Amino acid sequence: MNERVELDDLVDFMGKKYVPQHSHSVWYYFGGVSLFLFIIQVVTGILLLLYYKSGEDLSFESIQFIMSKVQFGWLIRSIHSWTANLFILSAMVHMFSVYFGKAYRKPREVTWLTGMLMFFLALAFGFSGYLLPWNELAFFATKVGTDIAGVVPFIGKPIMQLLRSGEDVTGATLSRFFGFHVAVFPGIFTVLLGIHLLLVQRQGMSEPLGAGDDVKSDQKRMPFFPNFMLRDLLLWLIVLNLIAILAVFFPWELGKKADAFAPAPAGIKPEWYFLFMFQTLKYIPGKLWIFDGEVFGIMLFGLAGLLWMLIPFWDRKSSRGEQTRFINYIGLFVIMYIMIFTIIGWLA
Amino acid sequence: MNSNEEIPQGHDERRTFLKILLSGGLIALGGSILYPILAYLKPPKQGEVEVTSVKAGKLSELEKDSGKIVKFGTKPVILIRTANNELRAFSATCTHLECTVQYKKDLGLIWCACHNGKYDLNGRNVSGPPPRPLDEYRVVVQGEEVLISKKV
Repeated sequence: MNERVELDDLVDFMGKKYVPQHSHSVWYYFGGVSLFLFIIQVVTGILLLLYYKSGEDLSFESIQFIMSKVQFGWLIRSIHSWTANLFILSAMVHMFSVYFGKAYRKPREVTWLTGMLMFFLALAFGFSGYLLPWNELAFFATKVGTDIAGVVPFIGKPIMQLLRSGEDVTGATLSRFFGFHVAVFPGIFTVLLGIHLLLVQRQGMSEPLGAGDDVKSDQKRMPFFPNFMLRDLLLWLIVLNLIAILAVFFPWELGKKADAFAPAPAGIKPEWYFLFMFQTLKYIPGKLWIFDGEVFGIMLFGLAGLLWMLIPFWDRKSSRGEQTRFINYIGLFVIMYIMIFTIIGWLA
Repeated sequence: MNSNEEIPQGHDERRTFLKILLSGGLIALGGSILYPILAYLKPPKQGEVEVTSVKAGKLSELEKDSGKIVKFGTKPVILIRTANNELRAFSATCTHLECTVQYKKDLGLIWCACHNGKYDLNGRNVSGPPPRPLDEYRVVVQGEEVLISKKV
């Protein structure tokens, strides 16, 4: 076997990879958990694809069919929906831990960048997948979401029409979102994930700023293979159990079929990960100086997201290995803002 | 390159020429691939029959102090019979982010559930994020039949 595929190099490489051990080591697990959740999404997604039909008269009915007639169809769909949410949560934790550990600093800028792009793609996955059951909530969520794209000056309108495949959210939008969700996004995501993982393997694990010097000795690091990997796998098993419990005891609802001529239902809310932005939009008045309030809010969030994504390129201090409180305060503010507005939105 | 080697005359021009030819060719290739894709993504305009008026049902079917959504071509229109027995119709598409509004009896207002936008019974945006009033439609009662039409 070894003669044919030369495993020695690989074993040698794996043996050299170490995971640093320190008081914040627990955060290293969330990248792996996110990866595991993504794998679950691919598997359950492919399974759903075998029965799902896209179309105004087919989507809702085909999911009804999956949930009620297909053996374990309810389970597969529930797992797909639950894992989608847990994936975003886990990716968020992963992102914030990398942020506070300043792991994005030189030389890992591209790892952070691919990670952020994957995070935005995860939100796009969530948004496009949400429409596929063609229920009432999804219909209005898609209207609002694509309209938000439409208020961006100059490029907004063409993008909105491109997303909707026309002026309104119709069956054509559904087909398009289906294509994005099962072909376009997975393709892009896989490339980004490949780069991300390759870089992690090549560059090794980052250590939090300031802890770097004292973890070089053998006692304070753990071989990736097999020690860390076995811990990873054990955690994956626990996560799988958690998903099974959630999917069985809190199965995902299907709701009412979308009707373009029914008013938006009272208490309508987006998925929790869009809730803080949704809640903010509620508070911004119709007119703000010369701008429409919504344009202002959306541009502000867009700008904040862009700055967040580009942090390795403007936080030069961390790249030089200096401590920066300022970055921590920004991170804390962002977490507090998201948490507070999510809770208000959830209670409202 | 060896410094003794003689560069033939016209070498630079030929190089520039090839550069332009090659990069021009690549741009043309890129364009001829991208243009059809972008054009393909733009959905074709479908001939829609312009609707100018619709029947909204019988007056007796609409209670006082209530509203209902009526199909106006592909757009929703809200028809309201006020507590004072007046009939009014507005575009039901919220001017904020396009959710469909509803008549809120307890407030005597038009309300959008998505972002808590409120309009009075003249369609004016009175509270919440909507930036503009709702477009008004004309309502005519012919016998028992309620007719809604675009305002000219």
